[in-house]
Amino acid sequence: MTALATATAAPAAAPASSDTILSVRDLRTQFFTRDGVVRAVDGVSFDLKRGETLCIVGESGCGKSVTALSILRLIPRGAGRIVGGSIKFEGTELTTLPEDQMRKIRGNRISMIFQEPMTSLNPVLTVGAQIAESLHIHQGLDRRAAWDRAVEMLSIVRIADPKRRAGEYPHQLSGGMRQRVMIAIALACNPKVLIADEPTTALDVTIQAQILNLMLELKERLGTAIVLITHDLGVVAETAQRVIVMYAGRKAEEASVEELFRNPIHPYTRGLMGSIPRRTATGRRSNIRGRLQEISGIVPSLREEIPGCAFAPRCSYAVDRCRTEQPPLDPHGPYHLAACWEAARVAATPR
Amino acid sequence: MTAYIIRRLLATIPVMIVVALFVFFLLHLTPGDPAAVIAGDDATPTEIEGVRRKLGLDRPVWEQFGIYVWGLLNGDLGTSIFSNLPVTTLVAQRLEPSLVLALSTLLVAVVFAIPMGVVAAWKARTAVDRIVMGFSVIGFAVPVFLVGYLLIYVFAIELRWLPVQGYRPLSQGIDQTARSIVLPAFALGMVYMALIARITRASMLEVLSEDYIRTAHAKGVATRSVLLRHALKNAAVPIVTVIGIGLALLISGVVITETVFNIPGLGRLTVDAILKRDYPIIQGLIILFAGVKVMVNLMIDISYTFFDPRIRY
Ligand SMILES: Nc1ncnc2c1ncn2[C@@H]1O[C@H](COP(=O)(O)OP(=O)(O)OP(=O)(O)O)[C@@H](O)[C@H]1O
Ligand SMILES: [Mg+2]
Repeated sequence: MTALATATAAPAAAPASSDTILSVRDLRTQFFTRDGVVRAVDGVSFDLKRGETLCIVGESGCGKSVTALSILRLIPRGAGRIVGGSIKFEGTELTTLPEDQMRKIRGNRISMIFQEPMTSLNPVLTVGAQIAESLHIHQGLDRRAAWDRAVEMLSIVRIADPKRRAGEYPHQLSGGMRQRVMIAIALACNPKVLIADEPTTALDVTIQAQILNLMLELKERLGTAIVLITHDLGVVAETAQRVIVMYAGRKAEEASVEELFRNPIHPYTRGLMGSIPRRTATGRRSNIRGRLQEISGIVPSLREEIPGCAFAPRCSYAVDRCRTEQPPLDPHGPYHLAACWEAARVAATPR
Repeated sequence: MTAYIIRRLLATIPVMIVVALFVFFLLHLTPGDPAAVIAGDDATPTEIEGVRRKLGLDRPVWEQFGIYVWGLLNGDLGTSIFSNLPVTTLVAQRLEPSLVLALSTLLVAVVFAIPMGVVAAWKARTAVDRIVMGFSVIGFAVPVFLVGYLLIYVFAIELRWLPVQGYRPLSQGIDQTARSIVLPAFALGMVYMALIARITRASMLEVLSEDYIRTAHAKGVATRSVLLRHALKNAAVPIVTVIGIGLALLISGVVITETVFNIPGLGRLTVDAILKRDYPIIQGLIILFAGVKVMVNLMIDISYTFFDPRIRY
């Protein structure tokens, strides 16, 4: 895969440079529920470079979607909010940007694709109208022009008979077609950043690859950078240049994709990869195929402040310090960060 | 669609037959001699006999029913016992005020209630929401005559902005009609406003938590447009349902308001007919109201297709 080839050339971890389009620093997002505060994102930092693909992986509930929604400031008002940190997009601080300015960024400079194609489109508006709306809002196209461009977008995402399809409603389209429409909406205004939150998880396996390839091809064409949230390590291997592993609202590990697969440091990352077959039975394509592995033990409640490493209760390497002191993200090699006190011991243990 | 409408129209026939049967036997099911019931408590035997002959009550029941239904099919709702005028004529005379009142009431209710419900849902669990919902509780609880007298007192007697009572027909100019109908429409509209606002809020709240609303926000759509273009149309089906039911109830439910505001409409006709036991009028009105309700129901169902493309008949 080309993604793997370019991954080797990925630059080392560096402070935000002119190359960086999106820079997240110490992001903290919390929900305020009846049972207390949920620390869904608890101090996450990362940079996204122009045109690259960055994957975020982690178990369910570790804060991937909340991170994505925080960037676009789409955390439901009343339920929760960003309580700290900074999100800089092309040098503009998003966390404090007035709402009307923020709206000009959403769907225009930064777009998002959601996990659920079946429910993410408005059932009472034609798909053409839903694509045209973005173009109307952000590019000021009039009805006619926006519609023509919407039809064009449908053909770009390879929907057959786009003229007719534009006039149809979401319930008349299959799941795969709906996700293509979502991609069309997201890319209509040539965004600089595309956040794709498990865009293929809800789809039939046979079309997952098609949708993913379409996204990557269009991304290449438009020079869009992608934050791809996924459960699927196979997808990570095939698409990403860099990977972030999240656990309990924090970043556990970050590395280039090759480095991460060759030398996972965090016991959590190792756990995720644990059961994945080295080689598929037919021996084709990817040697890292499949979903994240189930790790024994339960995901910690995000309602209590976790003093040490959040993974400690489930970790076979854990020592006392792991339970009391939060490990920092230490460098392990040119571009490889991991938050583990016992990294040296883990690394010495063969997988 | 046309086939569906025709099918639905045909389906109304049995309903209307049942109504006609009920209305016809209404008179015969009342205990005692129908002629005596109609003639009143202190009628002489000769008067009772007169009523019996006039209404054809001396003929066999099945024949009476046949005559009645034949009349209905020919648009004849019977003849008033007291005024000797055809019921259709009486209804036609009283139709305008009632229709104007019902439609104005609904207009007032919808125009205020939908924005109220939308804002309450958007600002759910805030002070604005609580005010709207508080108002809606009051709207339900306070009887229409109380609101009516209160409005008359404030706007007609104290401020002298509007007439106290009475109805000005459209033939005297629409502005006159409007002035005479404002207070009754608000008085009667209060409860519908409360109802529609509540349904709008509930329906909107549900829609606003849908994924596609998040998609709309993610596209950079302005709040106003998210609420009106993306959410309200999705929330429309329950809202138009209560508006339709409201209309059906209104047409027959204008009695108290017409009395308070002294409007010579169908409500008053009904009350007067009941007091005078003018059975043909009562029967005619029941048939008419039943017909209206059946039609409104059909219109509600058809309107669904307009709001929701997934509904096809
Ligand atoms: N509206 C909300 N109210 C309260 N808690 C929330 C809300 N949304 C998310 N959370 C909590 O935030 C945490 C992170 O959720 P998030 O959706 O980001 O997980 P995720 O990593 O995307 O998981 P998945 O892989 O299942 O999509 C979870 O513990 C979840 O319960
Ligand atoms: Mg998620």
